Amino acid sequence: MKVKMLSRNPDNYVRETKLDLQRVPRNYDPTLHPFEVPREYVRALNATKLERVFAKPFLASLDGHRDGVNCLAKHPKSLATVLSGACDGEVRIWNLTKRKCIRTIQAHEGFVRGICTRFCGTSFFTVGDDKTVKQWKMDGPGYGEEEEPLHTILGKTVYTGIDHHWKEAVFATCGQQVDIWDEQRTSPICSMTWGFDSISSVKFNPIETFLLGSCASDRNIVLYDMRQATPLKKVILDMRTNTICWNPMEAFIFTAANEDYNLYTFDMRALDTPVMVHMDHVSAVLDVDYSPTGKEFVSASFDKSIRIFPVDKSRSREVYHTKRMQHVICVKWTSDSKYIMCGSDEMNIRLWKANASEKLGVLTSREKAAKDYNQKLKEKFQHHPHIKRIARHRHLPKSIYSQIQEQCIMKEARRRKEVNRLKHSKPGSVSIVSEKKKHIVAVVK
Amino acid sequence: MSAAGVAESLLALSQQEELEDLPKDYPLSPSEDEGDIDGERKHQKLLEAISSLDGKNRWKLAERSEASLKVSEFNVTSEGSGEKLVLSDLLGPVKTSSSLAAVKKQLNRVKSKKTVELPLNKEEVERARTPLEQEVFNLLHKNKQPVTDPLLTPVEKASLKAMSLEEAKMRRAELQRARALQSYYEARARREKKIKSKKYRKVLKKGKAKKALKEFEKLQKENPTAALEELEKIEKARMMERMSLKHQNSGKWAKSKAIMAKYDLEARQAMQEQLARNKELTQKLQAASESEEEEGDVEEEGELLVPDAVNEIQMDADGPNPWMLRNHSSGTKEAKIQDPEQLPEPVAHETPESEEEERPGAEEEILLNEFKERRSLRKKAKLNQDTKPVSGQEPKDSSSQEVLSELRALSQKLNKENQSGKQKVSSARTVRAVQREDPTEEEEEPLLLQRPERAQTVEDLEELGKEGCFQNKEVPRSVLEGQQLERNPNNHPGAPKEKKKKEQMIDLQNLLTTKSPSVKSLAVPMTIEELEDEEERDQKRMIKEAFAGDDVIRDFLKEKREAVEASKPKDVDLTLPGWGEWGGVGLKPSAKKRRRFLIKTPEGPPRKDKNLPNVIINEKRNVHAAAHQVRVLPYPFTHHQQFERTIQTPIGSTWNTQRAFQKLTTPKVVTKPGHIIKPIKAEDVGYRSSSRSDLSVVQRNPKQLTVRHKKQLKKNSVD
Repeated sequence: MKVKMLSRNPDNYVRETKLDLQRVPRNYDPTLHPFEVPREYVRALNATKLERVFAKPFLASLDGHRDGVNCLAKHPKSLATVLSGACDGEVRIWNLTKRKCIRTIQAHEGFVRGICTRFCGTSFFTVGDDKTVKQWKMDGPGYGEEEEPLHTILGKTVYTGIDHHWKEAVFATCGQQVDIWDEQRTSPICSMTWGFDSISSVKFNPIETFLLGSCASDRNIVLYDMRQATPLKKVILDMRTNTICWNPMEAFIFTAANEDYNLYTFDMRALDTPVMVHMDHVSAVLDVDYSPTGKEFVSASFDKSIRIFPVDKSRSREVYHTKRMQHVICVKWTSDSKYIMCGSDEMNIRLWKANASEKLGVLTSREKAAKDYNQKLKEKFQHHPHIKRIARHRHLPKSIYSQIQEQCIMKEARRRKEVNRLKHSKPGSVSIVSEKKKHIVAVVK
Repeated sequence: MSAAGVAESLLALSQQEELEDLPKDYPLSPSEDEGDIDGERKHQKLLEAISSLDGKNRWKLAERSEASLKVSEFNVTSEGSGEKLVLSDLLGPVKTSSSLAAVKKQLNRVKSKKTVELPLNKEEVERARTPLEQEVFNLLHKNKQPVTDPLLTPVEKASLKAMSLEEAKMRRAELQRARALQSYYEARARREKKIKSKKYRKVLKKGKAKKALKEFEKLQKENPTAALEELEKIEKARMMERMSLKHQNSGKWAKSKAIMAKYDLEARQAMQEQLARNKELTQKLQAASESEEEEGDVEEEGELLVPDAVNEIQMDADGPNPWMLRNHSSGTKEAKIQDPEQLPEPVAHETPESEEEERPGAEEEILLNEFKERRSLRKKAKLNQDTKPVSGQEPKDSSSQEVLSELRALSQKLNKENQSGKQKVSSARTVRAVQREDPTEEEEEPLLLQRPERAQTVEDLEELGKEGCFQNKEVPRSVLEGQQLERNPNNHPGAPKEKKKKEQMIDLQNLLTTKSPSVKSLAVPMTIEELEDEEERDQKRMIKEAFAGDDVIRDFLKEKREAVEASKPKDVDLTLPGWGEWGGVGLKPSAKKRRRFLIKTPEGPPRKDKNLPNVIINEKRNVHAAAHQVRVLPYPFTHHQQFERTIQTPIGSTWNTQRAFQKLTTPKVVTKPGHIIKPIKAEDVGYRSSSRSDLSVVQRNPKQLTVRHKKQLKKNSVD
């Protein structure tokens, strides 16, 4: 009788411990897998192309405002909640997941100049053209209640901006001077002023929470320490700075959005030379916000586009625009670093993906691995001309494009003139000033 | 042939003899029986006829339906008229007598008895039933008289008659010895058959195989055609083996063994054995496989395959056939190599003891010896018990011990005699050989002398048995010996001549490589070889014809030369004719002027393919490739090698292990969707938030500080 029996070699399938990886029968002999560089190059090329194919950053437009959106604020505790103030004094609270307005408050008469949330997320402050600072509850009023602010502070001058301390019940407003307020008091704790011009924005440092930065119309950026009665130091630039933003991961780094189309990243310890000058916009930069990872920031410009810059690059990696988007006044990067919101003149708030080609939703582990690999490949071969060209290719509106060309010509002309001046003057009498230093007028302490 | 085979043949023989003998022992003879039956029938008839005479049992009146010539008045029919009633019939008694009844009884008894079947069982034949029989049996055995066999066959008798008394005695003793041996072997074979040891079987099998090989070799010498057939058989077996996967360790059993082999030494050995067997089976017989250079092998092959007759014919013809010549030379060489084996063979025929030499270290031999010894020990231990079955198998000997001891003595005696005889023969032969061939003698003699004397082993005894077998049938030995002696000389005399020819052969072989030999030989493998050669040559010729026009190498060289020329920097000639001298048609600027205005470009760097004769390296920039190449060294890198290295390290899972792949591809910053990323805090990086904010920040991010920044900071602090 023939007895048939299964016989297997346990060596082939038994793991020594259950924590071991499953055996993958694979031979890594490099001779069996030749042409690694060309193959990876092709993969990188494909990944880059696919990235461009899937680059569809625009997610949603939140409409409801009846005037241009002047300011935006993130909720410190809830990702889905966004507050916006418009030029007609209306404040709206939005739910991003539903993409709907959940609350509308007629907060001010005239512009809502600034809006900020308390660090606990229970209330928010607004300032308006009507010289008031108002504190509102985050939750709506109960049934039958009237929509009323918690507190209202009447000021003597117009407040142009407001920011709340990250840890304490203190907030700062700016207008003619920088005022620091206790929430419980109707008069500021201290007022700081340096010069006589109006101050457009004030921002608390999120890490070293006693520090503040402000930018004024007399082209300077002033740094304050809350614990002192006087400002720390200021830097004077070529043109006015519209707003500044602190890097949430590096305490002494901030970026200033300037009227001269550039953004300047400063190290607050060495203000005479910006760490980086970011140029790509072709019109005044109106707002800037850092990604919570501190690696990138987004800027909104009067040239109807928003751009994303890596902190250490002078050129933007991404530009977002749509036909209907007008001058972008405010921009915010959400706290999970995935999305960007921008409010613009034409009354809409737009929601964008921070990574244009990123897939939304849950990724399987294999998808994740493929994504990471592709990302790494793109990084590795980013200097290769073909890949670089494809990765950098963006469609731009004609106006922006032509302005860029124009700017290029102007820049080239300036450079040529400089070179000529250097050439035709006594050696040593004229020196070429670097781009970074060129825009800094002075640093005052 | 194996021992068992020998034993079987012997058995068959003995049975035949018994068959012949049997009828004579049996008391009833067929002729008597026949006569008896006949008489009885007649008697019966008579009785009937007589009994019908009385009235009681009256005959039926035969009706007469037609007229007949014979009409008797007593209604006596003419039935059975052919037989005449004889007087003697009438004289006998009417009733059957009592004596007849006794006979009938006896007959009945005989009938009722079981008839004896032929051939008879040994026990039945040999069993001594009555005391008288036993006595007779004993008597016979004392005289070593065969029980059933006649003492001598007619042939033997005749030969005995022809011999003198002395010789006859000798012969008789020998014959007896042979018979004893036969019975002894039968017993032994039976015992061996019962052995269950695997090891023993294995060893036995191996021994058999070896023996078969030897026999084949012998056959080759004696009967070439049969050898060829055998060879074909072997070849066929080889083919079968090659076709099958039987011993390739691919079967189920082998696979299971392979798994166990890691842990089990025995399994490993078994596997190896299988493989070895496969190798052995698939090994090509040296025919046609070896190249011509390996002379020894070729010669062997020739020796294997070409019948002796061919050689002989060739020798007679002595023609110019190179192949035949080679064969001859091979013959000589083979003779040189194998003489020691060839010559002793006739000797082996003469003497039962002298038998093919085994290699001294042969394991099986030792093992077999061991077995034998063990068995013999066991036998001695229980001699008395053993005697019964042995005697059962050896009908002629009552006590096997006696026989055995006698046998030993006898065989020893014979041994001595044979040795002396052998030596005589060998010496005689050497003398002859010396006379005939001088060169081979020196090698031959020591080998002959070296033949060692044998201890009594199983093989020995087998050989003995075979000898006995031969003797029984036997063609007179002397005749055989004579034949072999004749044959050997046949092989030898050509030797010196052929040596000379061999020296010529080397040249011939050289010639062979250059031009094809036209002669077709008889031997198959050689022709095959030649055919292959011809095929190859044909192929080459065809290729040559097909590519007759293009000389690739020369073309390449030319191409390279051109490329080198083209890549050389050209001199610039700036001479203008007519300036400073006469110009016009047919006038050339002077050499001096030309020399002056010739701008020589400096020699470029040496070409990369300067030392590579079979390569052309194009050092020009390839535009299509350049489109994919990085033009300038990217920012963070300071040397192109750094950059190249980063590019050349693959990061894909095709080239890296899973873990390495994961490590290589992890992004620098990983964010979870749906989680709020809070600004960094001093506690997050292991610092307590301090009142001196500047300091803590600086310490926290030392990397971010460039040298310049540090300087700045110092200045600040000073301020």
